[in-house]
Amino acid sequence: MSDTLSKIEKRTAYILILPAVFLVFSIILFPIFANVWISFKEVGLKDIRIPEPRAKKIVKSIKDNPDQLKIIYKLRNSSLILEIRNVKFQDKLPKNIKPINLDERCRVKSNKIYCDFGNWQAKYKENFQILLKSSDGKTINKKEIKTIKPKLSGKSDNILLNTNFTLKNFKKVFFQNEFFDLLSTTFYYTFFGTIGSIVFGILTAQLVNQKFFGRTFMRSVLLFPYVGPVVALAYTWELLLDPYSGTLNNLLMNFQVIQEPLNLLGQKYLTINFFGFDLKLRLALTTVIIFEIWRYFPLAFLFILARLQAVPKELYEAAEVDGAGPLQKFISITLPQIAAVISILFMIRFIWNFNKFEDIFLLTGGASGTRTLPINVYEQGFTISDIGMGSAVSIVIVALLLLFMFVYFKLIGKRADEN
Amino acid sequence: MKIKSLIYYALISSIFLFSLVSIWKILVTLQGVELKNFNFEIIITLGIAISLLNLIIGEKLNYLIKSTLFAFIFTFVDGFLFQVMPVWYNIGIFAILIFFSLKINKYSRKYLASEHSSQIVIFDFLTLFGIVLFSFVILFPFYMMLITSFKTQAALLINPLDFSINFKQDFKELFKSYFVIFDTYKFGRYILISTFVSVGTVIVTLLFAIPAAYAVARLNFFGKNFLSTSILIIYMFPAIVLVIPLYTVFSQLGLRNSVGGLLIVYTATTLPVAIYMLQGYFRSIPKELEEAAIMDKLNWFGIIIKIILPLSIPAISSVALYVFMIAWNEFLFSLMFLDNPNSFTLSRAIQYLSGDAETPRQYLMAGSVVVTIPVLLIFVYFEKYLVSGLTAGSVKG
Repeated sequence: MSDTLSKIEKRTAYILILPAVFLVFSIILFPIFANVWISFKEVGLKDIRIPEPRAKKIVKSIKDNPDQLKIIYKLRNSSLILEIRNVKFQDKLPKNIKPINLDERCRVKSNKIYCDFGNWQAKYKENFQILLKSSDGKTINKKEIKTIKPKLSGKSDNILLNTNFTLKNFKKVFFQNEFFDLLSTTFYYTFFGTIGSIVFGILTAQLVNQKFFGRTFMRSVLLFPYVGPVVALAYTWELLLDPYSGTLNNLLMNFQVIQEPLNLLGQKYLTINFFGFDLKLRLALTTVIIFEIWRYFPLAFLFILARLQAVPKELYEAAEVDGAGPLQKFISITLPQIAAVISILFMIRFIWNFNKFEDIFLLTGGASGTRTLPINVYEQGFTISDIGMGSAVSIVIVALLLLFMFVYFKLIGKRADEN
Repeated sequence: MKIKSLIYYALISSIFLFSLVSIWKILVTLQGVELKNFNFEIIITLGIAISLLNLIIGEKLNYLIKSTLFAFIFTFVDGFLFQVMPVWYNIGIFAILIFFSLKINKYSRKYLASEHSSQIVIFDFLTLFGIVLFSFVILFPFYMMLITSFKTQAALLINPLDFSINFKQDFKELFKSYFVIFDTYKFGRYILISTFVSVGTVIVTLLFAIPAAYAVARLNFFGKNFLSTSILIIYMFPAIVLVIPLYTVFSQLGLRNSVGGLLIVYTATTLPVAIYMLQGYFRSIPKELEEAAIMDKLNWFGIIIKIILPLSIPAISSVALYVFMIAWNEFLFSLMFLDNPNSFTLSRAIQYLSGDAETPRQYLMAGSVVVTIPVLLIFVYFEKYLVSGLTAGSVKG
């Protein structure tokens, strides 16, 4: 009895999870594996279109001969690169009509014309004609013939499915793509964005954890940048930071903080004189990192706030009795309590920042030294139209991600063992 | 009284006052009032003077009278001796000073003599400073987005700092940008498409996620543990690595430029987190209820519909709100899959609008307001239900 019950249970479980698993598999897992396949191929954006045999049907009447009619099919191969093999053609005729002098590639069977056109080269074109005659002497209805669409089929190579592989893409990724520049930009962006958002998260959580008027309002406001649509926020920032019409530059010049407008999103380096040393700051990258911190510190804030609210009050009271000041309380009570949350946050934010695409894309488009790996995927695939290269860069991203996760789980596992 | 605490108190409180006044000055400047200087020295001096006066007067005067007195002194010196400003500017300064005086009222000579007083002073003012500064930094872009949408390109060219809104003008003039984006740029259609895609994603995601989450939470089957850990790992994978294969496959299947294609992708990307959140909630429902239902010969589907669903309305609605927000805000896939203006979502439409350098910025900002407001409204209204989900990491970003 219990045996059959557990069998039923298993079967039900599979039925319940199958749709979700299938969808996730086909939209998320399959593409990750497909990337591996595509990255070993030379595929451009234009190769993606499958070649199709096409026919445009034109019906013409013949002068002085109302019971005859001519159909012209403009046949062509839609692809400019690939041939189509074994093209088959099929069209239907109204009942009272018969073709005369039919092309030898075709035959008629119960009011249908079947043709075998053989192979079509790339760019193939032909005007194919059929002469029709009414078998009962009545005038032929032109409209009726026009509304019937011919069916064509043929076989062609799909560049994506053949088995020609090459290592070219990976060679290009590592040797011609300024790979280390890309990698270092991505790391700067990821690392400082992560650290910044965690630091601001701690500060704001510490703030909101105290009692003051308007605290709940403050908590909602702090989350606005995180829940707002990225497109709207990025464009608002872009307008604020514009060197000429932007509010920030105008304000700073108005209050004489700066003399010349700063092109915060369009300038790669800013030279700062620091006690006689010329420091080169990557200006656009810094701006983009600041935007990233602004937009994502709320996540850190929420995590840390939730943890802070769970810290027992007695700990602080005991510390106060021992004569600890606010700074000491923060260092010896608060920080150890939130350390675990911070390490989780670091991992989550690091991975997500590493893959951020929209923010940089909308702010700078990857110009002025802000090209990160995800931006490069888009550029290779859709600006340079090299799908294979884009996939190869994606593979590099996935490989690095797996490495991060592996290292992280190793570290976490070690710590769990120690405790 | 310790001299160190006294110095900290006077300096930090006056810096705090200076930052309050400066933020007010920035807001005033943005109303088109000419104001060229923060007057750092004057404000700091005044601030130090007031904070010291506060210690000297102590409790000899009622705190309300004391605050009003300080506010009068400051407003008089700042607003009449050093610069001539409109009345409303001075009213603002007055209000800031009242606030400031009430904040420093609690410090007395005795207070500053206590242990750790200098640290406490720093922490107190850092807190205040943090609240003011963070609110300003967060809200400022949203504020600019809103008021830019009410200005005209010509007015902003004349004075790029004048964001004052003339409420006396005709309603149609005031909301001109909004009329233009709805009439000329078909934003009504984009709102409909965005709504359709987002609501559709919510429905389909829930249809797929509820049964799967139930199975993961309650039933025993081979591969269950593997499945629940892989849900989280899959969630970590970024959209950018899916883009190229999906683009190629969708092109070949003719699913690009179709709202249906977008819906499939959104559903698949939100499914892992929806399942994760729901199964956590389903686990918290007492098993006894279901056992009773099995006695009543209900099958699994009956259990889900008659017992699980009614009990988990809060969790399901919070998942629904999340999925809605994720789908509404999504940009990358809509950029990849849609290039026909007839099937744009709001985000994609705004990006398309910005691609034309000729587009006046108030239209862009009006569009941004239109796409932002629904999300913020939902968020503020349902915040209670949403915050716990955010800590579960439900919005990937």
